[in-house]
Amino acid sequence: MTAARDKFGRPIVVVTGMGVVTSLGAGKADNWAKLVAGESGIRTITRFPIDGLKTTMAGTVDFVPVAPFTSTGLAERLAHLAVEEAIGQSGIGTRGDFPGPLFLAVAPVEIEWPQRLELAHEVGGTDFSYDDLLKVCGGGKFLPYHHRFQFGSVADYLTETFGTKGSAISLSTACASGATAIQLGVEAIRRGETDVALCAATEGSVNPEGLVRFSLLSALSTQNDPPQGASKPFSKNRDGFVMAEGAGALVLESYDAARARGANILGVIAGCGELTDSFHRTRSSPDGKPIIGCIRKALADAGMAPEQIDHINAHGTATPENDKMEYIGASAVFGEHTGKIPVSSNKSMVGHTISAAGAVEAIFSLLTLEHQRIPPTINYDVPDPAILFDVVGNTARDARVTAVMSNSFGFGGQNASLILTREPA
Amino acid sequence: MTETTSATSDPVEVWITGIGLATSLGEGPEANWEALNAGRINVDEKGFAPYVVHPWAPGNLETQIPKKEQRQMEAWQRIGTYAAGLALDSAGLKGNKEILSRMDMIVAAGGGERDISVDTNVLNAEAKGNFSPGFLNERLMSDLRPTLFLAQLSNLLAGNIAIVHGVCGTSRTFMGEEVAGVDAARIALARIAGGQSDVALIGGSHNGERKDLLVLYEFGDYNLKNKFAPVWAREEHTGFALGSAGAFLVIESKAHALARGAKPFARLTSVVADRAKRREPGAVTATLEKLWSSVGAHDNHTAIITGATGAEPVTSEERAFLAKHKDVPVRASGTRFGHTMEAQFALGLALAALSISRGALFPAGDSTGVEIETKEAPTQIVVVGAGHYRGEGMALVETVN
Repeated sequence: MTAARDKFGRPIVVVTGMGVVTSLGAGKADNWAKLVAGESGIRTITRFPIDGLKTTMAGTVDFVPVAPFTSTGLAERLAHLAVEEAIGQSGIGTRGDFPGPLFLAVAPVEIEWPQRLELAHEVGGTDFSYDDLLKVCGGGKFLPYHHRFQFGSVADYLTETFGTKGSAISLSTACASGATAIQLGVEAIRRGETDVALCAATEGSVNPEGLVRFSLLSALSTQNDPPQGASKPFSKNRDGFVMAEGAGALVLESYDAARARGANILGVIAGCGELTDSFHRTRSSPDGKPIIGCIRKALADAGMAPEQIDHINAHGTATPENDKMEYIGASAVFGEHTGKIPVSSNKSMVGHTISAAGAVEAIFSLLTLEHQRIPPTINYDVPDPAILFDVVGNTARDARVTAVMSNSFGFGGQNASLILTREPA
Repeated sequence: MTETTSATSDPVEVWITGIGLATSLGEGPEANWEALNAGRINVDEKGFAPYVVHPWAPGNLETQIPKKEQRQMEAWQRIGTYAAGLALDSAGLKGNKEILSRMDMIVAAGGGERDISVDTNVLNAEAKGNFSPGFLNERLMSDLRPTLFLAQLSNLLAGNIAIVHGVCGTSRTFMGEEVAGVDAARIALARIAGGQSDVALIGGSHNGERKDLLVLYEFGDYNLKNKFAPVWAREEHTGFALGSAGAFLVIESKAHALARGAKPFARLTSVVADRAKRREPGAVTATLEKLWSSVGAHDNHTAIITGATGAEPVTSEERAFLAKHKDVPVRASGTRFGHTMEAQFALGLALAALSISRGALFPAGDSTGVEIETKEAPTQIVVVGAGHYRGEGMALVETVN
């Protein structure tokens, strides 16, 4: 029997269940089929009027009805679907009784425009002040909005529905949130606090203000036509990311606990790295040091040498800045080995699922390990000559993949890298 | 229940070595301690009438945050970044690049303020019938400031602390109202106790002088109106008065503190959290009792500092729990500082560490009999947090032997 501890004497953390929803569809099977076929989930927005917007497309999830629509409500539904699939696959616990804690990556919550408008209509008339709005809020008429717009509301719902144990953690590390949720679960299992953890990440933020905010930071692609061609990671003509929705959920267990119950093991979270960049609120340090340090920390945490990584599931947002810095950072760590590592960005097809991306992409990385097939980076027609990655361009590639590095970098200097491997031999 | 305790087979003792406070009562341990002992409360019943708030006592921001950086933040981030700097100063770590570059950080945060005038103008224009399909898009494109978004993002308080003070090991932001503050302390302690970290900055900040927050809590009729009263005297007149405060702590392993010659205020022994099923009456009382046992508290030489809100029914449930420990002196931070939501638990930890280090509890602040006077020096203080809507937690802060 293999030792259930890693080379540092910590419990090995394995994945026994996964669930995913993106603009490509619901569930691992549908997503994987479309990913390796190079399909895009990016489309022109129909959820709200697009007049006056510079960016008019996104990877919205329109097949999950939420009424009345709120972004937080959608995030909750998507998380539900992903968690249900993950727990179902793992076969752990009983319905409504998940035997471990929840770590949830979720976007910051705000009252949204439809609700603000509702308040204004409740006031009636014109030339009202904010104080007038405040006067109509109480009395119980809008009580559900208090619950809906609590930051802990999605985690609260999942706790109630799936019966996770203890205090659920809602977290945000911007675009690295999904990876951080996984990292928190890994750490809890390694500390021996729990044998199992539910790590989920969700995003439903395609609404007018969400889009305008990223637009004002010049972060979004404006190549609206055709929408499927907008997200161009590692291309010379890339011009920004495409907002997208989705959710991912993983059931993590100690290898011991998983084997004891005869669970099917989908892969191992071998290492996690995290390092803060203090250079700027939205930009990476030009020397790439925080990204380099983050990748090195992940390798050290996994006890692996750079040469052992044989695929990078890139953050690859398709912003001019990110892709350049990701290459600078990775090539500094991997050296001559860099060009031998196939690299791909799922965001070319599903868009950037922001808070969910780290978990969604960890799941796609594990599916890559399972199928020994790397999904393509679509829209890779004009390679950026400054980025010398071996990009898996446009068509999927069969490859021997034993260890995947999945990167996530976010606003606020958030960097996180995960290393995922197959079941220990 | 999720618990973290440093009392394992190979115990790593965790010390609180830095306290940063910037509250409605002033900045720094000295000013806050003096105000608490003088029974001073800074409350504003007029500025946001009928809502009662505890306004921030302006600190000298420039001593911690360059002007240029202040302009990139909204108030909640300035308050938090300021208090974080005070905590690093207090721990003797300000500017210590070697330690700051590997220091872990967990911040409990909500979100940033809205631009009230933008929101009001858009809504008024809509009411006048100017709502063509692209109207909202066009107004938002022209009226929103790019920097406002960054001031609204929950994780950008941590981002600002990294930029301004160089806290650059790891950065995590927990959300989810009051219990986010409990979990920030719980996870940071667990990581140090479990050998995953040596030193961490934990805390949160809150700007209570925000009408957009009043809207959110008014949906649930949670805001205290018209007249201030101590938390325990709000049974007939329920609710919380939002407070403004930044509260941060530096915690580190005893070995790490000793190696750099740092002195502890107190020991952070354990942090526990849970989520009572509040649909069942009595659930919060039962959960608090369970947490009391698991946090490792006993009724002798102990005091309680609670973040009780004044919201109902949770405050009455907490009162029922306290009634079972009636010999334990209790202090409600909410009476003195208002309700600072995500920051309230860190504020409680800071007040507990201060009280332990000064060998005294600050005076009682209520006339209903919940808070009793004591001359005894507490050797352990249990910090209690029961969220206005969800989530319960406790921490045990003790004298360092």
